[in-house]
Amino acid sequence: MTTALGNNAASASGSALDTRKVLNVGAVLAISLVFIALAGLPVGLDPRQVVNGILSLGYLSLLWLPIMFGWTVSKQVVLEGMTATKQGVGDVITGAATGVVGGLGLSVLLLLVNQFDLRDPLVNWSPQLVDFLTFSQGIGLGVIAWPVICGVLGAFGASLHLLDATARRAVLAAIGAVLFFAIFETFITDLFDFLDDLLYGPRGGLEWYAALVIAGLAVAYTLSGAREKIAEVKGDYHALTGEAKTRQTAILIGLSAVALIIIPMVTGKITQELMANVGIFLLLALGLNIVVGLAGILDLGYVAFFAVGGYTTAVLTASNRGPDWPEWFPTTPWFVALIASVIMAGIAGLIIGAPVIRMRGDYLAIVTLGFGEIIRLLFLSDWLKGYFNGAQGITQVPPADFGLFEVAGTNPRSVFYLVMFFAAISIYASWRLERSRLGRAWMAIREDESVAEAMGINTVNAKLMAFVVGAVLASFSGAIFSAKVGSIFPTSFLILVSIIILVVVIVGGMGNIMGVIVGSVVLIGVLGGPKQPGLLQEFSQYKLLIYGALLIWMMLKRPEGLVPNARRSRELHQDEFLQDAWLKGEVDTDEDDDNPAPGGSQVAPA
Amino acid sequence: MADPILEFRNINTHYGAVHILKDVNLAIYPGEMVCLLGGNASGKSTTLKTLLGMVTPTSGEVVLDGEVVNDKPTSYRVERGITMVPENRRLFKRLSVLENLQLGAYLREDKQGIESDLERIYRMFPRVKERLSQKAGTLSGGEQQMVAMGRALMAQPRVLLMDEPSMGLAPALVQTNFELIQQIHEEGIAIFMVEQNANMALSLADRGWVLQTGRVVLDDTAESLLANPDLRKSYLGDAGGH
Repeated sequence: MTTALGNNAASASGSALDTRKVLNVGAVLAISLVFIALAGLPVGLDPRQVVNGILSLGYLSLLWLPIMFGWTVSKQVVLEGMTATKQGVGDVITGAATGVVGGLGLSVLLLLVNQFDLRDPLVNWSPQLVDFLTFSQGIGLGVIAWPVICGVLGAFGASLHLLDATARRAVLAAIGAVLFFAIFETFITDLFDFLDDLLYGPRGGLEWYAALVIAGLAVAYTLSGAREKIAEVKGDYHALTGEAKTRQTAILIGLSAVALIIIPMVTGKITQELMANVGIFLLLALGLNIVVGLAGILDLGYVAFFAVGGYTTAVLTASNRGPDWPEWFPTTPWFVALIASVIMAGIAGLIIGAPVIRMRGDYLAIVTLGFGEIIRLLFLSDWLKGYFNGAQGITQVPPADFGLFEVAGTNPRSVFYLVMFFAAISIYASWRLERSRLGRAWMAIREDESVAEAMGINTVNAKLMAFVVGAVLASFSGAIFSAKVGSIFPTSFLILVSIIILVVVIVGGMGNIMGVIVGSVVLIGVLGGPKQPGLLQEFSQYKLLIYGALLIWMMLKRPEGLVPNARRSRELHQDEFLQDAWLKGEVDTDEDDDNPAPGGSQVAPA
Repeated sequence: MADPILEFRNINTHYGAVHILKDVNLAIYPGEMVCLLGGNASGKSTTLKTLLGMVTPTSGEVVLDGEVVNDKPTSYRVERGITMVPENRRLFKRLSVLENLQLGAYLREDKQGIESDLERIYRMFPRVKERLSQKAGTLSGGEQQMVAMGRALMAQPRVLLMDEPSMGLAPALVQTNFELIQQIHEEGIAIFMVEQNANMALSLADRGWVLQTGRVVLDDTAESLLANPDLRKSYLGDAGGH
């Protein structure tokens, strides 16, 4: 409301500094900075260097905000019928002023932390925070420094508007490239050993000259027009049709497959482990994508099927599976256990699905949440302790033995290959299902269940099938997880796992296989899974905070996911599409719909 | 006259304890056009749902080709030629026009038949063919109506149930829409129309019923219904009579 007022004031007084807006946005910036500081990110992430000795991840967790806010506050909103005015120094001042207001928030926080002790409710209200915010140089410097730093960064963010598109892209590419090399340090040094000494410092983080070189290369890359070339090639590929496209796609898939086979051979164990974890969650996400993305059933208890797969494999292969199993109960090789897992998960899908499927929307989500917990609690219970060892879990799950080779947790590369094999199967199955009659029925149900029923689709069966297919894909993952970790506990199957898989699917792009792949790589690979560390290991403590923030941001700004499905994105931005089309005169309204008859001509009764 | 395709014999339905349809008798004969009139909450939609098997009657018989189908699912009836065009068209908005049409033929196995029916629909509605790959939700109201009709025709219906076909359409389109219905009817498909727009419906239909709080109060030819002063009055909305 006040912002709207502020806007009016701005347009009335021309390009003068819009105080209200600056104060409003600045206050939001201040609150955000203080929140992040008190959430503990700066102190917690400080040890991880981005550019050695210059910038740590801790400082970065604060410093990106003033830039963003500076950019946002001075951004011109040009609506239909308005003309864009040239942006100038006034905008930069606005950005700087906003930054200063935000920085003052940190200064106030600094003074307060120095003066009072609120450590009891606020864990991060600590001397370390003071030390961090003052750069260990005394309180006076800190109080003055933050408004200045934030002001400069705010001005920097705002000044991006003044650059032309190419220059701006070059600047962003430089920043992005440095961050990329800093974040993927483990992966890059693992892949190319020689880069370790060349680019990175002994305690991690890029050396300053390496950062400069990388930034320079990124700028050169942007200005060289390579980017446009790539876009062109991509456009050519998308324009292809029929056999030519099939051939190109086959080549692309072949190349990716070769890359996926070769990369783990040259990387170290940490990267292999990471890739294996990504794969396990990718399998889960692919399954949930069918349930949520295609059939539109919001299943919040998906972890149940992962658990059933994991426990079935453990019970059939482990030597300490619990005393109450009858004598004759067999111990089998891993792949027999896998088949059993698939069958058990399918049955579990039917049993859980049957009562749940008759519900719709929110009710269904809540009930699945409940069932997910029930399954975990059954494995944890004293009642079934004789079978599943309760909280102690089943600890001696042997590696998966394939005769020629063995897949064990101690050899993450083998796990990765095994996961990739099943991921390939799952991707192919998802792809085929999406184009099948059943897939079409799922989409119809997702769109409008009653009408789908009126078309003659057996909605109960189709939804049940979605549940079962999802369960089967999850059981692959469970079986591999069991053999990989070598032990299985009820705590491996918390609700959190369901939620994280769902976030992967949503952030990646619902109903889109490519999106799910990107989602798992970005979220599980970079941030980490529920218990598995990602590339940014320092983030593990703040993982859920970041997951939550990311989810909110995605829902607001990019509900179609990182890799949008054309169909989904069109639906979510339908209003905008229609508006654009209308502006271009592509859509005709109902009234002028090829019916020139004037007045609608009601037929008079006889 | 030939035997009716679809028949209601003393149908009663309940939603929970609420009595919706009360001893309703209807019959739809091959190739005819009939309409069911009635105000809000008179049981029109329930009649359609019962015909299609989405609601099971508490007593009475739904008869399809002489067979009692009370316990048969919707798919069984769709397969035997009963198809509905839902109220407000209700297309699958995020799916393409082609996918919508294909879903209409969901229960059919004959690929060639489906292909030739698609061709037939393109001939009938050339506009639809131009929009095949477009998402159904982005079409204009008139085009959506065509797709909805096309989707229903893909099921090769013998009886087309139409729920308020003129609802939510611009006045200019209502006329076009009834012409479409007429066109479909001329191909020999029986039409069962549920309408509030009594004038328009009766001017097209052969026979009609008037439903009032779940009971059939008038059952006559369209002409005499149109001439009926009570009906005219109640459709002007100034004489409730109950």
